[in-house]
Amino acid sequence: MSLRNAACIAGAFEHPTRLAPDMTTPQLHAECAAGALADAGLSLTDVDGYFCATDAPGFGPISMIDYLGLTVRHTDSTEMGGCTYIQHVAHAAEAIAAGKCSVALIALAGRPRSEAVQRFRPGAPEAAFEQWVGLTNHTSYGMCAARHMHDFGTTSEQLAWIKVAASHHAQHNPHAMLPKVVTVEEVVNSPMIADPLHRLDCCVTTDGGGALVVVSPEIAKTLNRPVISLLGAGEATKGPSGGLGLDLTVSAAAQSGPRAFEEAGVTPADIKYASIYDSFTITVLMQLEDLGFCAKGEGGKFVADGNLISGTGKLPFNTDGGGLCNNHPMFRGGITKVIEAVRQLRGEAAPAVQVPNCDLAVATGIGGSLGARHGAATIILERQS
Amino acid sequence: MSARKLSAPQPNPETQTFWDGLGEGVLRIKTCEACGKPHYYPRHVCPHCGSDRTRWLETAGRGEIYSLSVMRRGEGAPFAVAYVVLDEGPAMLTNLVADDLDALAIGQRVRLAPQASDAEATGDGPSLPFFTPSGD
Ligand SMILES: [Zn+2]
Repeated sequence: MSLRNAACIAGAFEHPTRLAPDMTTPQLHAECAAGALADAGLSLTDVDGYFCATDAPGFGPISMIDYLGLTVRHTDSTEMGGCTYIQHVAHAAEAIAAGKCSVALIALAGRPRSEAVQRFRPGAPEAAFEQWVGLTNHTSYGMCAARHMHDFGTTSEQLAWIKVAASHHAQHNPHAMLPKVVTVEEVVNSPMIADPLHRLDCCVTTDGGGALVVVSPEIAKTLNRPVISLLGAGEATKGPSGGLGLDLTVSAAAQSGPRAFEEAGVTPADIKYASIYDSFTITVLMQLEDLGFCAKGEGGKFVADGNLISGTGKLPFNTDGGGLCNNHPMFRGGITKVIEAVRQLRGEAAPAVQVPNCDLAVATGIGGSLGARHGAATIILERQS
Repeated sequence: MSARKLSAPQPNPETQTFWDGLGEGVLRIKTCEACGKPHYYPRHVCPHCGSDRTRWLETAGRGEIYSLSVMRRGEGAPFAVAYVVLDEGPAMLTNLVADDLDALAIGQRVRLAPQASDAEATGDGPSLPFFTPSGD
């Protein structure tokens, strides 16, 4: 079974809030679900498949399906960190192709600025060997950047261009957390957090969420929206593999990306717009290499000089401002990656950053900890003419 | 700047021998009699081949820095997080201790320098497998 044209994204909604002290997480979930369904021209009663991850409180799908008032015949609570919701699009397509559901709702929400949130389940086998290490995301991704610099001569200035490009896009997004354009100098002169990553190499932390509605091609044709089809998908995981497989310069996207491109029957050169998970600047650089937009080690040169800025660069990326400047709800940037790709394919991105004739896009992400064990998910989306 | 808390790991039947070794200044990893490959962190079942014929292997406690990142912010900063590749093969996630954290570099030789965890002061917690430059 191939996922090529197996399903379509009919609804996409990004919650406008970035700080929600007076809301609850289930409420945010419900508002995101309502927003995506309204965008698709569907209602709660149309949903027969529900997809969520560990950001959904309580018993996950069991709690949230009841809270939302859904009646579904298929649920999926696959968890792969921040890229989960990219993966959920593919899993929804699998379920739709298998006849298990026809209208799948995917939602994410959380309030890490307003309440203490539990990010990891206890009892991991590696915990006793890593908890005392102080492996925050900063040091984890910092070690990847340090090794990339060591092996390939990548520079802080090259990494900074990724933030600069994101900030150029964020200035056109009224909801962006950091709408101010920054320069390479401002990035490399911002305080060092975990060598070699500066404060402005890091993404924002936001309350918020988003939702997607994935439907069968037959239903998509009945809706009054552009038809955005899934062409291909790939997923992978990667870890130190007992200590013999450590290579911090290559992510699991080196497996998920080629799988997605092969299924879609297209190449990176065909892509008009790319949503690239941007927890840190280095996350983007490594995925660009791993997806084949440039050779391994050439990412620094590829991103430099504004090459990722829409309108002037070769590969417009994260035109909403991404996690680096716009939104990274619940520490999870996967769903906003898909949402902006859908906006671009529909021609509904901010006019200043809209890619002309954008008919083919990729959304790719990393979940977990890039410097330890992580997952990757990649999807290729096409606008049907 | 507040002191850094080094939370004591909880030994379990799979890992008790590892933590006991550190108390004696010895770093033990696991190796596999079926496939011959060593691994870290230690498991009962080999992650390379799935065999349960794993046994403890005493290392020389020496290796080389694969990568590192010095945390500059927050509790106990600065401290150096690193991967060290042991001479026996496996890489391990650890901390580096040194008078000058800025002088640490990828490729530098290091040796085991067991560090007391917080609970050890009260008599219950195991030592942690930190490393320090060995100068060789
Ligand atoms: Zn084995």
